[in-house]
Amino acid sequence: MNDDATGKRPSPDALLEQAKREGRGRLKVFLGAAPGVGKTYEMLMQARQRRLEGTDVVIGVVETHGRVETEMLTKGFETVPKKRIPYKGRVLAEMDLDAILQRRPKLVLVDEFAHTNVEGSRHPKRYMDVEELLDVGIDVYTTLNIQHVESLNDVVARITHVQVRETVPDSLIDRADDIEVVDLTPDDLIQRLKEGKVYVPQQAERAIRHYFAPGNLTALRELALRRTAQRVDDQMLDYMRSHAIEGPWPASDRILACINERRDSRGLVRYARRFADRLHAPWGAIHVETGSSSRLSEKARDRIADTLRLAEKLGGVAVTIPADDTVDGIIGYARDNNVTHLVIARARRPIWVEFLRGSTVQQLVKRAPDISVHVIAEERKQAARGDDTESESGQIQFPALRAYLMSLALVVAALGLGLALQRSLGISSVSLIFLTAILGSAVAYGLWPSLLACLVSVLAYNFFFLPPLYSFTIADPDNFVALIVFAIVAVIASNITARMRAQAVTARQRAKATEDLYLFSRKLAGIATLDDLLWATAFQMASMLKLRVVLLLPDEGTLAVRSGYPPEDVLSDADLAAAKWCWENNRSAGRGADTLPGARRFFMPMRTGRGAVGVVGLDNDREGPLLAPDQRRLLEALADQAAVAIERITFERDIDRARLTTETERLRTALLTSISHDLRTPLASILGSATSLRDYRRDLDDAAQAELIGTIQDESERLNRFISNLLDMTRLESGAVALNAEATDLADVIGSALRRAGKVLSTHTVSVALDAALPLLKVDAVLLEQVLFNLLDNAAKYAPEGSEIRVRAEVAGALVRVEVYDEGEGIPPADLEHIFDKFYRVHAADRKRAGTGLGLAICRGFVEAMGGTIVASNRLDRKGAVFTIALPVPAGSADQHEIVT
Amino acid sequence: MTAPSAPLRILVIDDEPAIRRFLRTSLGAEGYRILEAEDGAKALEAFRRDAPDVVVLDLGLPDADGFDIITHIRGAGSNVPIIVLSSRTDETGKVRALDLGADDYVTKPFGMDELLARLRAALRHRLQQQGERPIFRKDDLAVDLVRRIVTVRDVEVKLSPREYDLLRLLIAHAGKVLTHKFILREVWGSETDVQYLRIYIRALRQKIEADPERPQLIQTEQGVGYRLRAPD
Repeated sequence: MNDDATGKRPSPDALLEQAKREGRGRLKVFLGAAPGVGKTYEMLMQARQRRLEGTDVVIGVVETHGRVETEMLTKGFETVPKKRIPYKGRVLAEMDLDAILQRRPKLVLVDEFAHTNVEGSRHPKRYMDVEELLDVGIDVYTTLNIQHVESLNDVVARITHVQVRETVPDSLIDRADDIEVVDLTPDDLIQRLKEGKVYVPQQAERAIRHYFAPGNLTALRELALRRTAQRVDDQMLDYMRSHAIEGPWPASDRILACINERRDSRGLVRYARRFADRLHAPWGAIHVETGSSSRLSEKARDRIADTLRLAEKLGGVAVTIPADDTVDGIIGYARDNNVTHLVIARARRPIWVEFLRGSTVQQLVKRAPDISVHVIAEERKQAARGDDTESESGQIQFPALRAYLMSLALVVAALGLGLALQRSLGISSVSLIFLTAILGSAVAYGLWPSLLACLVSVLAYNFFFLPPLYSFTIADPDNFVALIVFAIVAVIASNITARMRAQAVTARQRAKATEDLYLFSRKLAGIATLDDLLWATAFQMASMLKLRVVLLLPDEGTLAVRSGYPPEDVLSDADLAAAKWCWENNRSAGRGADTLPGARRFFMPMRTGRGAVGVVGLDNDREGPLLAPDQRRLLEALADQAAVAIERITFERDIDRARLTTETERLRTALLTSISHDLRTPLASILGSATSLRDYRRDLDDAAQAELIGTIQDESERLNRFISNLLDMTRLESGAVALNAEATDLADVIGSALRRAGKVLSTHTVSVALDAALPLLKVDAVLLEQVLFNLLDNAAKYAPEGSEIRVRAEVAGALVRVEVYDEGEGIPPADLEHIFDKFYRVHAADRKRAGTGLGLAICRGFVEAMGGTIVASNRLDRKGAVFTIALPVPAGSADQHEIVT
Repeated sequence: MTAPSAPLRILVIDDEPAIRRFLRTSLGAEGYRILEAEDGAKALEAFRRDAPDVVVLDLGLPDADGFDIITHIRGAGSNVPIIVLSSRTDETGKVRALDLGADDYVTKPFGMDELLARLRAALRHRLQQQGERPIFRKDDLAVDLVRRIVTVRDVEVKLSPREYDLLRLLIAHAGKVLTHKFILREVWGSETDVQYLRIYIRALRQKIEADPERPQLIQTEQGVGYRLRAPD
């Protein structure tokens, strides 16, 4: 980047372009004026050279058309086998894009840039396949005839009288890194044709002869050379811009093509492109939506959309703006965007309309004197397309029959009123009554019903009110003039009123759409969960656009359907593929789009500033395009709002999760600190006692020594209990508790638990009261013993020394209840559930013997694993706590007495 | 009465030096002579070479399977008493060791008194195989094994035939733990439902224990079996 003394800087756009190029593969186009000049041959020759230099070259697709020399050249190249695609009962072969992507060569040869792929391929056009290859960094060589260039398509057709339908957008050709013209003089080419070395598809011989006429070939050749020269020019300009070289920049022009529903708009757009090229200026196409646009037929609307898409393909900016008046709209936009040239097609309207309202062209010229207006001549009539039976101005929808009948009714009402009042009013006043009826029908039903009302009114007026009465003749010439004037006034008034009505209708529709969008936006702001949001969005889109909607969001790497209206869960494979492509490439795909048009639905990414958050899929039952241009705008607005709301909820969820993680971390740290303390305390006693014993043994008497030794033993056992608790808790948490449920004698378990807890209970009185006829329980005896041990240990800890600890067991219906009573302080009611939490300790003022706080949690874990329950409560007879374990009696559990005797 | 013989030799198989140390100290003080082995290979070598009178084996050896050592010793035809050291939650390990031929077990961490009691019980049983003692006495219980009379505090107690068989088995192995399976096999002839055993133990306790709910004579080893406390 030069930044020399004069302080010039390279144009940022140019630099950006350059940066973008770095990642892409390089595209080289071999351009020819006509088939047979040797493009494929040249491509193969150059590829061979690259291969000899060591580049990894493969053949993607090369059409040799049986020419021997070309065939020879393909030998020695690795060819990626074609993909077989079934189509209408046959199996056709196409270039296998996926195989090439997988193979990842440095350079691939792709013949016939403009080829249309068979239905069922990922992209409808081969140049889209090439784009994908370039995007991943694979270089491509390709061939192209000049007639396939989009912007020159009509020019070539005019020259050769052959319309070629397969075209390549100019933007792609402009983006190519190299264009090489493969040139052959017309004479040489004709010679080759005679020798049979030129491939031409089946066409009438006459057409071929004309195509290859020397004059034609010369014109085509010139076209090819000129187009390439223009590109060289552009490249030079790019270079100059990116290196900040000052040049004789042309004045900053801007071109705007004004299109409507007429068929010649396409030609207009192409012209605008060529014009823009010549001036090196940016350009665009505009369509103004007025009240009368709402009366256009589907076909006309499609044409407009088509033309706008063509404009974009050719590298222009396509806009649709609403306005009351076409000319106002155009001029407004032009002024806002510094347009210097307007390009418009010559109108063909009835003279009387032009006379009354002035043609659009005249208006433009008059009201925008600072903008050049270019009026383009009509194209010659193209070969008629089969399904076209419309007139030039497009078909206009006719209101329903009902509207006409109602208009007539109004006139009849006026007639009645007039007849009734004719004695008091003059006949001129009666005409006003009719006028009212006409205007009324214009407001209510539109133009044509009101014109009918005009006609009928005039006739009625004549028949019923002008002498001679009850005939259609008029005696008085004054009356005749009055009638004519009335007719004229009526027609003009109804026209104006009808137009105003149409505008009012459009304005109302637009206002409603805006209102709906506003309400939707407010609704979205209030929704807190993702599912609600998606449902609301799907519903809103479906009702506003009258389409079926599905919403897809990413879910662990793939896209999944999250919502739909009407509700739908499953997409076909084709649809899923289109949705995935749309998501991955952040571009529309599916029905009506450029990629995977075979899918049933149209998919569009929902984007925010940070990228795509999901994909919306649309569908309806009718044929034809899914969305009109204004609907498209509405869809985008809805999608944008939804995307922002989805992003917001995702953020909230992430925040919550982060907060939870922090919370969990904090808790874990606190626990570790607590456990560490609880384990270290007995160890401190043990170590202290042992070292004291070691160091001072000679100074200590027997009693003192015995005491220290006793401490070591007691604290060791205490530590053992702690560690057992921790291990039990870990087992419970990790689910490693293996239940060994067997027929167990409860008394047995209680007895052994008491024995084990003997030392702990030595400072208390223990009483046992067991029912005589306790059934055998199907429990794990080891776990149950541990539970009882923990409860006894707990009771001993919190009951004062010398108090009574009592164990009771009794049958209660289908359960057996085991209760452990103590005479301690009891448990605060608020803590009755919490004491079973891990590490929970009721804070007593004097913590006599602290535990790990796990004992009760383990009790609950084990008891529940055995299918029982454990609750804590306070004694009713006196102060103290009681823990109650309830265990189910297994069916068919034998009462022991029965078996023994 | 057996005359005091040459000091009995105990083979201690444990990889933990600290445990070997305190066992050496206390068992030595009790008059036993200690042989040590720190892993399976050395253990079998010592066993073959020195023919100990008792084996104390830690089940948690790193290199060898404790069960293999038991199998090896019993497989070589030796009846030497084996006490295993096991960990707290390993009931299945204890049962398996006993089934393979070990005599008793002690759960780590343990006190020396427990181990010594088990050792005595195991040795007594071996020494007793020369002939059963006619009368068994422990606390309030007295059993005349010849005339099949059971008295508690000198009051005769009637036992059903099955209950008596069960008591007699426990007395024959007094001090040692007996697995459920073993008892069922010896008394019932087959390994039927443990349920029966439980019921009979409960009935027996009702008849011979001072406080059936806190049994002092017949002790439950949860998950393993039962042990009758021996007179020492």
